[in-house]
Amino acid sequence: MTKVPLVMSQDRKQHLIKSLEAGVRIDGRKKDEFRPLSIELGVSSTAEGSALVRAGDSSVIAGVKMGLGKPYPDTPDSGVLMVNAELLPLSNPEFESGPPGIESIEIARVIDRGIRESHAFDAKSLCVEPGESVWMVQCDVMPINFDGNLIDLGGLAALAALLDARFPMVGGDGTVDYHERTDRKLELEQLPVPVTVGKIGKHLLVDPTQEEESALDARLTLTMLANGDLCALQKGGDEPLTRDDIKAMVSLAGEKGKELRAKLLEVTGR
Amino acid sequence: MAYERRHDGRAADEPRKITAKAGVIKKADGSGYFKIGDTAAYAAVYGPQECHPAWMRNPKRGILRCTYSMMPFSGDGERVRPGPSRRSKEISMVTEKALLPVLDLDDYPNAVVDVFIELPETDAGSRCAGICAAAIALADAGITMKDVVPAVSVGQVEGTLVVDLDGEEEHMDENAAADIPVACIPSTGEITLLQMDGVMEPEKLLRALDMVRPALDRIAEAQRNAIKERYAHSAGGGAA
Repeated sequence: MTKVPLVMSQDRKQHLIKSLEAGVRIDGRKKDEFRPLSIELGVSSTAEGSALVRAGDSSVIAGVKMGLGKPYPDTPDSGVLMVNAELLPLSNPEFESGPPGIESIEIARVIDRGIRESHAFDAKSLCVEPGESVWMVQCDVMPINFDGNLIDLGGLAALAALLDARFPMVGGDGTVDYHERTDRKLELEQLPVPVTVGKIGKHLLVDPTQEEESALDARLTLTMLANGDLCALQKGGDEPLTRDDIKAMVSLAGEKGKELRAKLLEVTGR
Repeated sequence: MAYERRHDGRAADEPRKITAKAGVIKKADGSGYFKIGDTAAYAAVYGPQECHPAWMRNPKRGILRCTYSMMPFSGDGERVRPGPSRRSKEISMVTEKALLPVLDLDDYPNAVVDVFIELPETDAGSRCAGICAAAIALADAGITMKDVVPAVSVGQVEGTLVVDLDGEEEHMDENAAADIPVACIPSTGEITLLQMDGVMEPEKLLRALDMVRPALDRIAEAQRNAIKERYAHSAGGGAA
């Protein structure tokens, strides 16, 4: 086991910054280089849709469950999509059992926000009977081995699982028959791909490992659309960002967003 | 009406297709993956490490703490709410009891060995799959063990004894079905997990226990092979 402290020691951090100045990261990558990425669909037979995403030693499963429920009173003809993330103690010695902490809530909400704000799908298409019955789509993001960058990898896994999903059959009595699946897919009009850019010293890098995350001064997650527009932002970390930082981060995220999107489209055959 | 031909064509004492791997979670001290049919379990071991809360500590030997958990999308029907339930707590406890007899934790007073079990998909037999994955993970973590612990269920469908019921068989016969999860220590034949749901005649139970033995041996073989394979390749193994 490699137990990684939550905050990196100053000596180690200085060493890391020195190597970044030479353009090299601890694992030999370049600053703008993602770890080798793989996406596998249909990894859970019980989920309506599922995907396993791996990048380096990080691996995360997302699974989609669909059920019928009562719509919210203020949106009687709209279905609901919710993303949930858990920092499973299985996946890292730093994670402990218990109710979701702020870290997992942030991850879920940032992924959720990208999907919602991009109007990735038409919530009205999930309506079965206005005011009475709508589809509730729940996507759960579960790390199996956590080595950093859960927002981006969890976001990709969630999108892949949503693309993989098929609606279950509804019986004559209006209940869901989970043993029969239809051909109907979720109509995703956008694929909002989150890209997190970290800042250590004056250096910007993508796809940080857990160790690099422990040294980040700041990070910015930019959720990218196909045409290059942004649909969600989330700044994290203790240090501020300059206007120049943000400009560079936007351009880096644009480039990486294209790469991740191409991988997603390739795997899901869209 | 007797259940003579199983719906998936298996022989009465034949388990479903098995996949077993060790070392699938690099951040853990030891890990295992066990899949039987459409029921899959990951297990990760952390420790021996300092035990919190302190009142759980045993000054004589280390303790084993298992946590069984179904992923929210791993159930047969609706989403399962994350977090512990009465069911998952009981399964966690019987998992501990199933594994403890093969472990030697005397060298770790006051410490805990944590085993986390997560299931991405289930089609009956999930506690047994969890125990199988956990045994691989404990061996992978280098905890002293006198044997592996295989587990599988045996049960009755429409009066016929069958091994390793799947979800369809569990629900086939609501009145006369019985399901008995069993774990054993292969070298001694001792049973470390035994539960039953359903109704069964006493002599049939003993026949069921005899009948399940070959499947348990087969699973133990798969578990041993998983551990051997992990060390046959250089460090690493297959990542999750």
